[in-house]
Amino acid sequence: MPLKILVTAKRVEDSESKIKVNPAGNGIVGEGLKYKINPFDEIGVEEALRLVAKHGGEVVVVSIGTKDVHEQLRHALAMGANRAVWVNHTGPMDQLGVAACLQKVVEKEKPDLALLGKQAIDDDQNQVGQYLAEWLGWAQATFASKEESLESEAEKSKTPAIKLAADGKSISVVREVDGGLQTVESPLPCVATTELRLNQPRYASLPGIMKAKSKPIEELTPAALGVDMAPRLTVTKMVPPPARKAGIKVPDVATLIEKLKNEAKAL
Amino acid sequence: MNFGLSDDEKALQETARKFAREVMRPQAAHCDETSTFPKDIIEAASDLGLMNMTIPAQFGGMELPHVAQAIVAEEISWGCAGMATSMIANDLALLPIIIGGSQEQKERLLRPFTTGFKLVSFALTEPGAGSDVAGLRCTARREGDFYVVNGTKQWITNGEYADQFTLFCTTDPSKKHKGLMCLAVEGRPAGLTIGKHENKMGQRASNTVTLTFEDVKVPLANRIGQEGEGFLIAMSTLDNSRPLTAMFAIGLARAAMEHAIDYSKQRQQFGKPIAEFQAIQFMIADMGADIEAARLLTYKSAWLLDDGQRNTLVSSYAKRFAADMGMKATTDAVQIFGGSGYSREYPVEKLMRDAKLIQIYEGTSQVQRLVIARELLKGA
Repeated sequence: MPLKILVTAKRVEDSESKIKVNPAGNGIVGEGLKYKINPFDEIGVEEALRLVAKHGGEVVVVSIGTKDVHEQLRHALAMGANRAVWVNHTGPMDQLGVAACLQKVVEKEKPDLALLGKQAIDDDQNQVGQYLAEWLGWAQATFASKEESLESEAEKSKTPAIKLAADGKSISVVREVDGGLQTVESPLPCVATTELRLNQPRYASLPGIMKAKSKPIEELTPAALGVDMAPRLTVTKMVPPPARKAGIKVPDVATLIEKLKNEAKAL
Repeated sequence: MNFGLSDDEKALQETARKFAREVMRPQAAHCDETSTFPKDIIEAASDLGLMNMTIPAQFGGMELPHVAQAIVAEEISWGCAGMATSMIANDLALLPIIIGGSQEQKERLLRPFTTGFKLVSFALTEPGAGSDVAGLRCTARREGDFYVVNGTKQWITNGEYADQFTLFCTTDPSKKHKGLMCLAVEGRPAGLTIGKHENKMGQRASNTVTLTFEDVKVPLANRIGQEGEGFLIAMSTLDNSRPLTAMFAIGLARAAMEHAIDYSKQRQQFGKPIAEFQAIQFMIADMGADIEAARLLTYKSAWLLDDGQRNTLVSSYAKRFAADMGMKATTDAVQIFGGSGYSREYPVEKLMRDAKLIQIYEGTSQVQRLVIARELLKGA
């Protein structure tokens, strides 16, 4: 049974960039930053492409933001997604606004599966997938991972880790949970979010990049979707993590144990 | 005028950069040390479209603009110049067919490169004909519907693994450049012997062999262009490929500068990082300025081709300037590393050895100066 899968492609700061808190202390300095697709979303795109390669169907990628997010949409299209939806929005947004927007896009597109990164590497909220499932009234399978390693044959042969049942009506997902792995089954449609060890995303090939140019990007707006994007959350204060202190040398093992016990409280 | 990269160019650069960082770099030292040709990496590069970039769309190729090809060339050379040379060898060897081949030949000899992994070697240089292209001695004698080829080709990149060869030979050595002809040799015909892999100073990941032709029969249908057109085809191929070779020097120099910056911030002498000494700062400053200048010059030489203009002069400027710049930048990087720079435990001496070849192959820095002088003097 062909699957229609909706995947997300959030534009986030490249983790290779140097992130600095702005002088006002309520955000980061945007100047000179590089951006890329949220790595967890990229894993979602890869998984969707593998599922569709196996079962047939369509991968639709969605992103919310200014026209800059076209870069991330094009990246997903170059990897192999079929088409893109761009929700044109300028200004701040929080997880509630994003989830509300995605809910409307899902209701419009009616995918069998909405596949999101478990979180975005910018503010690491880990909330949108859960909100989305709740508001749609769908089941959710968060932190999708797999039993095999990223060096396994299954990974090399690009086998999807999310398994579709023979009747095409449900999926089984191996979840990464505290202390191990858990396998859940969920009826379709449902929401799944991706963990780091789900797969290794493919590179966007040069022919893929050239082909992506002619793939359609549909433009929507929060207003047209009937969504109020005004953030309910305000960032009151942002501080950089404390600078790492230089290490010290201890004279003997006894002192080391004493310090580990009393100062570091690690023992 | 616009110095920015387009969205497509940025995306291509990102893929090439990622491949260079994650796939090429981790294997570069090993392939250099053991002089190993990493066929799996070359095949992965081919799958990603980092090879065969010039093939026209009409024959299933990407027909990537020259500027975009140049952008890719810088990144893959940053990953490993030896591997980059082996990757770009296909484009170098396919160009004569693109430039001089018939529709039927293009369909037959180009398209297979767009559907699977294949290697093709450019065979021009001979033991007695390097810079003196017109002095080549590999002969082709017409016999009915065939040419019978005899001669030796030297320093042939990927020769041991090639599925096809783009061979330059002569129908009459006394005619000099007017006797040159280009033939496409498919597979391993009887009489073709592949010599041993050369033990080179640098770019050791790249496979380099000697080819010996003894009464090798090549079908007339595989003659690219006419008899006597070989010189023109070879020269216009090199006009197309010089920007890519220049970019190799830039990728190497950028790698050297990044290593030099990192190391100079860590290395302490006289109680402070050596990056705080002007002697070190000036070398790094020169690297930065020279790399940027070389890159702009090379982009221009590629842009001229995309704009449909002749680029002989500017591409020789670019190849000359970039190759010599790459040698200087990598040598200075070794200097900044000091004793460690001279050790194989550190990455910069490889860059210096790799850079040397760029002053030699595809027209030495001296030949580039000859071309430049000829162009300048005839124009006045």
